[in-house]
Amino acid sequence: MIVKRLSIGGMSCAGCVASVETALNSVDGVEEATVNFAEHTAIVKGEMDIADVISAVKLASFDAAELKGGDNEEAEKEAAEFAYYRALIKKASVAAIVGVPLFIGGMTGFFPEIDAENGQFTWLLLGLITLGVMYYSGRHFFTGAWKSFRVHNANMDTLIALGTGSACIYSFVIVLFPDSVPSLARHAYFEAAVIIIGLINFGSALEMKARGKTSEAIKRLIGLQPKTARVLRDGKEIDISISEVGLDETLRVRPGERIAVDGIIIEGHSSIDESMLTGEPMPVEKNIGDEVSTGTINSSGTFLFVSKRIGSDTVLAQIIDMVRQAQSTKPAIGRLVDKVASIFVPAVLIVSVITFLIWFNFAAVDAASYALVTTMTVLIIACPCALGLATPISIMVGVGKAAEMGILIRNGDALQQAGKLTTVVLDKTGTVTEGKPAVTEVIFAEGIDENMLLTFGASIEAGSEHPLAAAIVDYAKDKNVSLLKTEKFEAITGQGVSGLIENQTVLFGNAYLMKNNNVDISALENKAQQLSQQGRTSMYLALAGKLQGIIAVSDPVKKDSIAAIKRLHDLGMKVVMLTGDNQLTADAVAKQVGVDEVIAEVMPQDKSAKVVSLQESGEQVAMVGDGINDAPALAQANVGFAIGSGTDVAIESADITLMRGSLHGVADAVAISRATLSNIKQNLFGAFVYNTLGIPVAAGILYPFFGILLNPMIAGAAMAMSSVTVVSNANRLRFFKSSK
Amino acid sequence: MMIVNLIGISLIGLIVWWFWIKKAPSLKTSSNKIEVVVENGVYTPSQIEVKSGQPVTLIFLRKDPSPCAEKVIFEKLGLSLDLPVNKTAELTIKADKAGDYGFNCQMKMYLGNLIVTD
Repeated sequence: MIVKRLSIGGMSCAGCVASVETALNSVDGVEEATVNFAEHTAIVKGEMDIADVISAVKLASFDAAELKGGDNEEAEKEAAEFAYYRALIKKASVAAIVGVPLFIGGMTGFFPEIDAENGQFTWLLLGLITLGVMYYSGRHFFTGAWKSFRVHNANMDTLIALGTGSACIYSFVIVLFPDSVPSLARHAYFEAAVIIIGLINFGSALEMKARGKTSEAIKRLIGLQPKTARVLRDGKEIDISISEVGLDETLRVRPGERIAVDGIIIEGHSSIDESMLTGEPMPVEKNIGDEVSTGTINSSGTFLFVSKRIGSDTVLAQIIDMVRQAQSTKPAIGRLVDKVASIFVPAVLIVSVITFLIWFNFAAVDAASYALVTTMTVLIIACPCALGLATPISIMVGVGKAAEMGILIRNGDALQQAGKLTTVVLDKTGTVTEGKPAVTEVIFAEGIDENMLLTFGASIEAGSEHPLAAAIVDYAKDKNVSLLKTEKFEAITGQGVSGLIENQTVLFGNAYLMKNNNVDISALENKAQQLSQQGRTSMYLALAGKLQGIIAVSDPVKKDSIAAIKRLHDLGMKVVMLTGDNQLTADAVAKQVGVDEVIAEVMPQDKSAKVVSLQESGEQVAMVGDGINDAPALAQANVGFAIGSGTDVAIESADITLMRGSLHGVADAVAISRATLSNIKQNLFGAFVYNTLGIPVAAGILYPFFGILLNPMIAGAAMAMSSVTVVSNANRLRFFKSSK
Repeated sequence: MMIVNLIGISLIGLIVWWFWIKKAPSLKTSSNKIEVVVENGVYTPSQIEVKSGQPVTLIFLRKDPSPCAEKVIFEKLGLSLDLPVNKTAELTIKADKAGDYGFNCQMKMYLGNLIVTD
């Protein structure tokens, strides 16, 4: 049976308890559900899916989120990793303490020959010591190899166990039955086995250290979550653990503190540093009614806010989850390597057998000994790890680094695609421009006054959700214009709005709307054109079929759009601006920011068709939009970028989410994707070259020409270093800097 | 001489047969909860056979502290799970289409297969 604790939001009276309990009990598998009204919590027992439980509560018009116990996952993980690191170092040290004297003793002739007096006894003793060390330092390779073997699998352990194991067995055969081989071949390889085991343990330890750094980004994100929060309960302020904070609780934040959960400010105001989530260095002003996010820092001022999202529902938790998921994915380039890696070890085993046979049959002297050494070296030098690590480790670092810059990359494929883009399509409103339009001019026809024009314009737009509508309503409010009641309101997509005010038909929109309704606009058409050339959007207002005037609205260009578009050009990309605005206005904005092409007067539903036509002309297209209105176009593009203003962006909506509202994020995302991909390629190239050169050399391909034969211990060192090198190369990505 | 060569050649044959041709026996189960131990480079059980359309919960218990084992990835399903050491982590999967759904560590050294049958 599972027991889960939930925080319930929106319970205003004791009567709500019954409805929540009914909702909880209606879920399949729930055996018992109790709601605590005072704590605003519920305890649910049974065999249920917690997601079903939460949606049942939400269906009953309450809010719910799972409360989780203290979260020390990261600390525990680090402790476990450190313990493992220490164990590896201990194993490597023991192997070195025994292996090095064995090696020196053998080289200097300190130990007697096997054939000599006491030789057999000495070597038997050394062999037993070796066995002891192998058991202590190398047991895990042998158990791993055996277990994998039983399920028809072979991995690194298989190679190491076979390589060192065959050396030991051969050596024991020589020591116990010296006469079984010619006298020249009577050489034991105990020291090689021990030193190889030591080197590989040491390499694994180094690799672990280096790997710790690869997950730094995620650790930093997890570290943003405060451990405690100050809540107001029964009029008192108390500090409690973060896992105890429920929904709809009031929390106090003092200057310099981190915000503990997501919520809405209800008292006070402050400027908040959101750079850790969005990459935007400037603090953001927040007032009553504004949202605050977990992990961001209150820089000045004290305020109260009400918790709205807790636990795994916060923006921070979603970011962490998305980064983790993305770090586990591979781009197409990595999947190809996986195919090679999956047959790699058995292939090396086959190569090693062939190597043995060739040496055994063709070596002029001392065949058994040469055959053994080369076989062992082939097994030891082959490194499936470097191959297998090459892609995932770079993705880990690259995706993590991007997250630090406020760029959330959904998966490896998005990353690979982003590196290949040739054209960027920018939506104008909210992407190139601020998306907060303001009224710049009110022009009225003869016999009309500004107030009247604004009264009708604002009244009809009051019902509209269009971003331009809000600008007009706000402007009218500033001028203290009182609004009239609108009937039969209708929004005509791509044209404007219509309705009835005081029994007169009101039309408010672009020239199409006027022409379609036979309104003569010739009196103001020239004026409207002039305004458009200055980047303004002009809207005509007609009353009972007669033109009354124009209200012009302008949406200022974002401060850094020009610089960011220049960077995109520098990255070799064509920049296209897509907008529903008229051609003149669009051209004016385009000229200001320097885009290569403008596609104006596009209906929202046609945006994705424009992306298709660019793709058909052979371009790799990125679409940058707000993620909500542009969803189909984002989905159609090779890479869809959702650009947000702060933390309220729809994280789930696109291939790449830019937490910061700046277009620099697009350039950064492309740059880091390219850097990550070339890092992967370096790693793969290195790993392939290492294995394809190393294995033949180990097999002795150079011997007939140059007399070069690799020492198996050198092979062990090379193999131990190869995966460390891959991880270290990936770590270089941590120092990636935006070229801004 | 001859014997060694014969042994060598048959060894190659055995490697091909054992690692590439023969498949590990799979655990057939009607239970919807399966514990998978992650240790010594192997998922135990590594081959799991389930019926399509029914949700199955895999409970991973990672005993191997090496970072190789820290993630389990179901590539076909687009799922992944971080595994804490010496603790369990659960993942519920519902595959509607019959087929093989492989799971593995990031480096594909740990290999497992969820076989979904109709």
